[in-house]
Amino acid sequence: MYLNQFLIFSAILFCIGVYGVLVRKNGVLVLMSIELILNAVNINLVAFGTFHGQAAGQVFALFVIAVAAAEVGVGLAIVLLIYRNRRSIDVSEADLLKG
Amino acid sequence: MFLAAAEAASETPWIFENIWIVPAIPALSFLLIIAIGKRLPMKGSEIGLASIAAVFALSMFATYTWVDQIGFTGGHSEESAEGDTGDAEYSETESLGGGVQSVVLDTPGFAAAEGDESSEEKTESKPVPNACFADEDTGDSDDAEYGDDVDSADKDAESQSSDETDSGTEASAGIQTVSLTNPSGSSVYAASDGYETRGEAIITDTCWFKTGADSSTASGISVGTLVDGQSIMMLFVVSIISGLVHIYSTDYVNGDRRYTHYFAFLSLFTAAMLFMVLSSSTLQLIVGWELVGVCSFGLIGHWWEEKPNSDAALKAFLTNRVGDIGLLIGMIVLYFGAERTFDIAEINRQAVAGEINQLHLSVAALCLMTAIMSKSGQFVLHTWLPDAMAGPTPVSALIHAATMVVAGVYMIGRLYPVFWEGFMMPGTNLNAMAFIGGLTTVGGGLLAFVQRDIKKVLAYSTVSQLGYMVLALGMGAYTAGMFHLFTHAFFKACLFLGAGSVSHACHHSFDMKSDMGGLRKYMPKTFWTFMIGTGALMGIPPLAGFWSKDEILVGAQVWPGTSSEKPGAFVDDGEGFWLAATGGGDGTFTIPFIFGCITAALTAAYMTRVIMLTFFGEYRGGGAHDDHGHDDAHDTHAAADHDDAHDTHDAHGHDDAHGHGGLPHESGSRITIPLMILAFMASVVGFLNMPSGFVKALGLPEGWAHRFEDWVEPVGTGQFPAIDHAKPSLSLAVFATGLGLISILVVRGYYMKLFAKDPMATEYTDGLASKFPPLRALHNVLENKYYLDHLYSGVIAGGTTGPLARAAYWVNQNILDGIINTVGKTGVLLGRFIYRFFDQGVVDGAVNSSGQAAGLSGQFLRGVQSGQVRNYATLMFGATALIVAVFMFAV
Repeated sequence: MYLNQFLIFSAILFCIGVYGVLVRKNGVLVLMSIELILNAVNINLVAFGTFHGQAAGQVFALFVIAVAAAEVGVGLAIVLLIYRNRRSIDVSEADLLKG
Repeated sequence: MFLAAAEAASETPWIFENIWIVPAIPALSFLLIIAIGKRLPMKGSEIGLASIAAVFALSMFATYTWVDQIGFTGGHSEESAEGDTGDAEYSETESLGGGVQSVVLDTPGFAAAEGDESSEEKTESKPVPNACFADEDTGDSDDAEYGDDVDSADKDAESQSSDETDSGTEASAGIQTVSLTNPSGSSVYAASDGYETRGEAIITDTCWFKTGADSSTASGISVGTLVDGQSIMMLFVVSIISGLVHIYSTDYVNGDRRYTHYFAFLSLFTAAMLFMVLSSSTLQLIVGWELVGVCSFGLIGHWWEEKPNSDAALKAFLTNRVGDIGLLIGMIVLYFGAERTFDIAEINRQAVAGEINQLHLSVAALCLMTAIMSKSGQFVLHTWLPDAMAGPTPVSALIHAATMVVAGVYMIGRLYPVFWEGFMMPGTNLNAMAFIGGLTTVGGGLLAFVQRDIKKVLAYSTVSQLGYMVLALGMGAYTAGMFHLFTHAFFKACLFLGAGSVSHACHHSFDMKSDMGGLRKYMPKTFWTFMIGTGALMGIPPLAGFWSKDEILVGAQVWPGTSSEKPGAFVDDGEGFWLAATGGGDGTFTIPFIFGCITAALTAAYMTRVIMLTFFGEYRGGGAHDDHGHDDAHDTHAAADHDDAHDTHDAHGHDDAHGHGGLPHESGSRITIPLMILAFMASVVGFLNMPSGFVKALGLPEGWAHRFEDWVEPVGTGQFPAIDHAKPSLSLAVFATGLGLISILVVRGYYMKLFAKDPMATEYTDGLASKFPPLRALHNVLENKYYLDHLYSGVIAGGTTGPLARAAYWVNQNILDGIINTVGKTGVLLGRFIYRFFDQGVVDGAVNSSGQAAGLSGQFLRGVQSGQVRNYATLMFGATALIVAVFMFAV
């Protein structure tokens, strides 16, 4: 088993996630892309943990999943509020902080 | 430590160790009167009276103790000294917790055993112990003692002395009383020449502060009290005169609006003078001296509402300031000259032993003489003294008799070796002090002739008599000078208080010519006491002034037979017939002697004039003088001088409870009783210093002779110059008295003739002065007080202030203003330049450009903040990628 296969896969997944965050206008899709980034990280953690024969990577991945669940909860709540206020979940319209 | 009975006799008496209480009482009284005086029923005078009563009692006790130690009568000391002959002991008499320590250094033996020279050497080699370095000093004198003189001293005494040295080390910071040779134990008669040592000062010092831990580098200043014959004499005089002045004042200034303050100042005055006479260091002397000056300022200006009074007070104060510069410089020179000590006894010792450079001594004596000239009214700084008559009369009495002006003479006596050695003209026996005194005594006497104001006559008389004292001291007649100070205090206080009593009766005027005359009938008590005082001042035997004045004349050693060295032509019976005066000259004081004789005649003459104008003739007061035009011619040119004296005295707010319709009346008992006491003193104190020849002639006990000299003049202490005694002369006494009597008769004849012509007249309109131009010129000079006031205020003050003001104005206009203008103009130009270039260009530019930069950068960065989360994320990822790329490829 080669480590680089997982790393390449993880990198691809990460790039897809970043692309999604940067490009998509739909708030829910942005959140989902963030999930992709986090999962790419998880894959890295698990891969390195297995590679070094330690459980720490998998334990850390479990923490990341838990935090990601919380993050998604908060994120979806924000998206829901944006939708209630604007009747749209297009994040490019939410530019109240424009300088 | 408990002492054996024999040693107890030589213990320092309690009163001498604690003599500081005496000045402390009136000082406390001053504070009390200031604090609560006004609320008391007698307005604070009761505190003053009580304090002066306490001072009087303590002073009398101290005087008694001192006199008892020396011996009330001469000749009995021989027995008392026999007991401890050959002994030298240090006995620690008291030691309170290591703090208070008394050391009595009793060395009576050597004096009897050794001759003159050896005792002289011994005492000279002995430094005066200092409270700050008690241990070393007592140790030193200890060594000298055993090494040189007292070989036979037993071991017991030695071990005692080593004990003493130890405890001295412990208590060195504490109070220490040191008596080198106790007066009673050591007053030993040698066969013929009187005492060998006598009247050693008793010094109670406490270390004020001390610097340096190491004894070789340490220096310190000790303060304390010094008791010797001279200070005891002043204690006696000050407490008596001050007490009587207090009593007199309760009547004289009764009802005055500053009655309380008056008594407070009297207390302070007394305290200051007592502090001064008891001071053991020159520093204390200066403090007392200045305090006396301040008090006299306050009292002379007591009725300051009138301009002349406050002017007189200022004049007194400022004239004294002139002298005080001399005092300070002199004391500083003395301090360095005497190897950095302020200790009077040590300075005197060094001056006698010749350890002080003659130049230092002369400079110090000259500077100190300036102070004495101002304080004791010597020519040419006497001008404040007559003006000081603006104060209340009891104050004048106090100033002239007991305090203030005698402070100067007292200081000469206190530092007598300094003055004696310092003023000695090189290579001769002449002493410059005698000439200053001689000039003053004649100059003051002449001025007394032209005064209308009775108090001013007395003031000039004081100037003249103080000159007499300085004259005596300058001639080496120390006892004569001090004795004259002593007797003068009584009769001059009597005269001043008498003058106050007279003015009390005459509508508070002091003008003899316009407001007095014929008072003999109206106020017999004042008249007779005034007559006694006058007689004493003139030197009529047997009143006090006769004895002291003749002693001074004898002291000149000019009259044949008075010289201590040359056998006289007239009287020399081996013993000396008249006055046991002292004198150091060898007949060189001819000019001072002639001055003294002239003054004897002048004094008699001007006092006769006062008596005639005041007490004889017809009463001219009570408006009667208004319709007599006889003194108009005189008034025109005298008015300028006399208006101050004439006008100011009667406007002092005195409560005139006794409405005199026109005729004067006798004063109350609180005024006449002090007068009687003083008249009594003025008639008897002269007997304190009778010459042995006189005593013998009267068949009195021989020990009664020259008591004052024994009590006051120290002998063989090493702190007093070796001056030899003149021989008294009967013929001189007859001559001087004759001079006085002739003057009295001449002046009396003049006035009797005048009164016979017109009982209201005060002078001849066609008198000698109007006939002979030279006499008129002399009269004018005297009227104008030798033009000294013109010299001071016109020439010196005016001559310096005018040009000084002009010079200052020029400097102000040209230099100071020039500098200021230039600085101002430069400032304006500089400011304009800075505004234009620096402020506008640099500062504003920096501020503006920083603002613009902020604006521009904001403009730019504004675009970044789009509000789009996506853009932020892009930037974040981009930046991260960039950093990663940099780290990956560049590092």
